[in-house]
Amino acid sequence: MSMLQSIDAAEGDTIRISGDGRDISGVLQPSGEFSHPDVLVVKMDSGYDVGVRITPSMNVNIIAKGEVKTIPSRVPSKGKGLPRVAILGTGGTISSYADQRTGAVHPALSAEDLLNTVPEIADICDVNAEAVFSIFSENMSVDNWQQLAEVTADYLNSGIDGVIILHGTDTMSYTAAALSFMLGDIPKPVIITGAQRSSDRPSSDAYINLYSAAQFILSSDAAEVLVLMHDSPSDTSVAVHRATKVRKMHTSRRDAFQSINISPIAKLGSEGDIAYLESYNQKSNVRVSPRLGMEKDVAFIQYYPGMSPTIFENIIAKNKGVVISGTGLGHVNSELIKPMRKAIESGTVIVMTSQCLSGSVNLNVYSTGRDLLSAGVISGEDMLPETAYVKLMWALGQTDDVVEVRKIMASNLRGELSDRRLMQ
Amino acid sequence: MSHEVTVGLEIHQQLNTRKLFCNCPSCLVEEEGATFQRRLRPIQSEEGKIDRAALDQAERKMQFRYQSPSSASCLVEADEEPPHDASSEAIDVALTVAALLGAKPLDEIYFMRKLVIDGSNTTGFQRTAMIALDGFLEVNGRRISIDTLCLEEDAARKVETDGSEITYRLDRLGIPLIEIATAPDMHSPEEVKEVAQRIGSIMRATRKVKRGIGTIREDVNISIPGGARVEIKGVQELRMLPTYVEKEMERQQSLLAIRDILSGRGIEPVAIEVTDLTYLFEGCKSKVITSALKSGGKVMVSRLPGFTGVLRSEDGKLRLGAEMAQYARTKGVRGIFHSDELPAYGIEKQYVDAIRDALKLGPQDAFALCAASAAKAREALKTAVERANGALVGVPEETRDPLPDGSSVYSRPLPGADRMHPETDVLPISVPTDRMENILSNLPELPEIRIERIANDYGIHIQQSTQLVREGWDDVFEEIATDNELAALAARTLTSTLSELEREIDISQLNENILKAAFAGVSSGTFAKEAVPDVLRKMAEGMNIDEAVSELGLSAMSADEAREIVARVIREREDFVREKGKAAIGPLMGPVMAELRGRLDGKAANELLREELQKLLS
Ligand SMILES: [Zn+2]
Repeated sequence: MSMLQSIDAAEGDTIRISGDGRDISGVLQPSGEFSHPDVLVVKMDSGYDVGVRITPSMNVNIIAKGEVKTIPSRVPSKGKGLPRVAILGTGGTISSYADQRTGAVHPALSAEDLLNTVPEIADICDVNAEAVFSIFSENMSVDNWQQLAEVTADYLNSGIDGVIILHGTDTMSYTAAALSFMLGDIPKPVIITGAQRSSDRPSSDAYINLYSAAQFILSSDAAEVLVLMHDSPSDTSVAVHRATKVRKMHTSRRDAFQSINISPIAKLGSEGDIAYLESYNQKSNVRVSPRLGMEKDVAFIQYYPGMSPTIFENIIAKNKGVVISGTGLGHVNSELIKPMRKAIESGTVIVMTSQCLSGSVNLNVYSTGRDLLSAGVISGEDMLPETAYVKLMWALGQTDDVVEVRKIMASNLRGELSDRRLMQ
Repeated sequence: MSHEVTVGLEIHQQLNTRKLFCNCPSCLVEEEGATFQRRLRPIQSEEGKIDRAALDQAERKMQFRYQSPSSASCLVEADEEPPHDASSEAIDVALTVAALLGAKPLDEIYFMRKLVIDGSNTTGFQRTAMIALDGFLEVNGRRISIDTLCLEEDAARKVETDGSEITYRLDRLGIPLIEIATAPDMHSPEEVKEVAQRIGSIMRATRKVKRGIGTIREDVNISIPGGARVEIKGVQELRMLPTYVEKEMERQQSLLAIRDILSGRGIEPVAIEVTDLTYLFEGCKSKVITSALKSGGKVMVSRLPGFTGVLRSEDGKLRLGAEMAQYARTKGVRGIFHSDELPAYGIEKQYVDAIRDALKLGPQDAFALCAASAAKAREALKTAVERANGALVGVPEETRDPLPDGSSVYSRPLPGADRMHPETDVLPISVPTDRMENILSNLPELPEIRIERIANDYGIHIQQSTQLVREGWDDVFEEIATDNELAALAARTLTSTLSELEREIDISQLNENILKAAFAGVSSGTFAKEAVPDVLRKMAEGMNIDEAVSELGLSAMSADEAREIVARVIREREDFVREKGKAAIGPLMGPVMAELRGRLDGKAANELLREELQKLLS
């Protein structure tokens, strides 16, 4: 703004705005994304931010130039001699902090920042904190999954007692499934956790989730890729989910994450008490041999009534793999079967899942299903559509042999398929 | 010129709109709804500092249980869904009040997070925004500055405290509140009340504010020369404001007297030492001591060299001990004893002497004692001795809770200034010129205009209409006063009958609906206007209108019955009537009305009397 330029005021300077019935002093703030261009935002002594429109009859004076403030980082005691746990930051709500100057929420940048969000964790374990990258989870890519799997495998092979990954919740279950397939058998638990409320607020679920993850690593004998999040709106317990069976089922609640078609593996109370609800892989000394290959030419399509066969054909023809989230037991408009048959004949692998999420695909019950089967569509059974998508990318990344890929998709590798679904 | 006292007010008024950040109705409900439990933890501020008041709360390690009634709360109040856009209706009301107070609205409104981790906000902060600055009002010819006008969300309602768990209900959380802060411009207890009344009537002029107990709360900042700013937070009874101010003035004066006594004695700050003297209390009959010992507790004692006589003076005017006990209670103990009040409470002289011996106390040395679990007693005494040391300086700045008798009790330190963060979930709200112009061209009737109009329209005295508006009865009055006769009765009832009743009984039950019901009884002829005070008295005691009417024997009187009574009254005074002739009507009205006991109104009784008199004389 020209007025600011003419008085050379910068964010952080203490300014006085006077004239036109106003006399306001405070620290100049960055103007909001939606602010009017003539409005200056000032933090008053009382702590309130206020927006003042500057008119030609007003004066803006600098009272004091701002000082550059450095945030002293609290480096927690390292907890030497305690079990070793790696905490890997990827970004997201849990490892972000609010910039008090701008009010914007930023992903944590350094390992120290990470630990500063929950310093108490160093009381129970010897923490190796590392910010692997720092992005919002909606920006996560296949390359990020691979990098994360590699780092995690290195930590596991270094004899660590467990790895905690801090992740944004939006795509957490995709990353969880990807790590699950890429890491294979693991000796110690890898727990992915996050927060639905950022850690810059007193009510954040970050503290309990992160602390509980460390507690679970220390006191459980489970060794899988797991997702740990709140189990209810209360801070009194958390649920530990199998990576391939969990899904974000709510946009904002703390207990958004739910296991679909199975129970959570365990629930962990605030006193550290664990109740196991499913069987699980146990800790061992196995060496991790990550298999990172992923085929990126895989499409993930939600079928809807009225879907254009042309668009559908175009998409499936361009990809080596397609996961369809069909209706009910696993259906699409029968007009789409012909292009699917054509694609499969030319080497595309197509997997059918259900947009019902709960329950299993069954292609035997209706004629459409039987037609899909005879066209060569693979039943995704009770796999979550997202898990099937990740698994198909991974399977196609392991081999070019379609028969082999079909075999992988039908095998239960990381608990992604369950053969029994219970009444409750 | 130095004033005897300096007072600033912060007034919080609930608005009668939907909630500020969601579409829930703003009402309190009986429903408990589903419950959940949370903890809150202090967060670092920009400079890595943790707020003083926040830390104080966290140290009490409270756990919070929330009741979430679905009739008055949703996921937003539970902090399970981000806030929606701020209610534009609430913002308009705030802008209207700002205009009525001559305050200048900001051009862009920014919601902030004010850190509050006592659990009363599920988020751990209260959302609040500065709406306008620099208004004023005039009271008795004095100009009182209005520094700020904010719009904020009300906190959850505390339902229960059980040990370290507090239960809140989420119905109140999120109700919009206008917060008006005056400059410290008031200098007498009575003036504080008048300013509060004036601000209250200006806010009510919008017709968008809630009425009734608990819908308006005042924080009173009080200091005397040489004293310190003390905030009495959450006064609900406006008429008690002068008492809170007077009692706080006395309290600060006595603390200054204590300081002078201690400095005259040359007392230095006391080193904090807590000694376990449990072994001295074998056989002690004090209930407090025995119950503490039974549950494995200890009797801990701290020396207070030189403090004798100021913990509780003979005349009861110096009461540092009570202040110390209030601080100690924040550490979870039931209280402390001090040497100025002992022997008492079953702690006999032999034990007091034994403590004095054990701690080698001289005659001017005092002590404080706490019987509780060792850790709690130690913390409690530490805090109590720190409070005693504070007396060497004078009056500590603090926040206090109001008590019903007009006194107050310590609750926590004054919050520091560094507890505001931007609320990044709520977009800034622009106040364009046309929005303000629209508000300015639709301003509600101001109190002084209203006072004049009501006096003119209803033919009541200007003093009565002034009082109606000042005390907030004007709306009810206008509803009741359907004709001039009822207007006169309603004005008299609302301005004088109520305050007469209040001197005798608790009238807090008498809300608008009850008053309307009582007057409906008059206008439908169920009972006479003379019976209104008696009916209201019964209704204040909790009866409904029918019960009150039947209890008072006011059920409608037949014309024959009334005529018979009137005729009897005349017969009994026949000589007098014959002597005075028609002039007897006046003197006879008294006995007639007494006999009718409010079952017939005066006008009808007068008519009957005239007729019966005519019969006798003709
Ligand atoms: Zn709501």
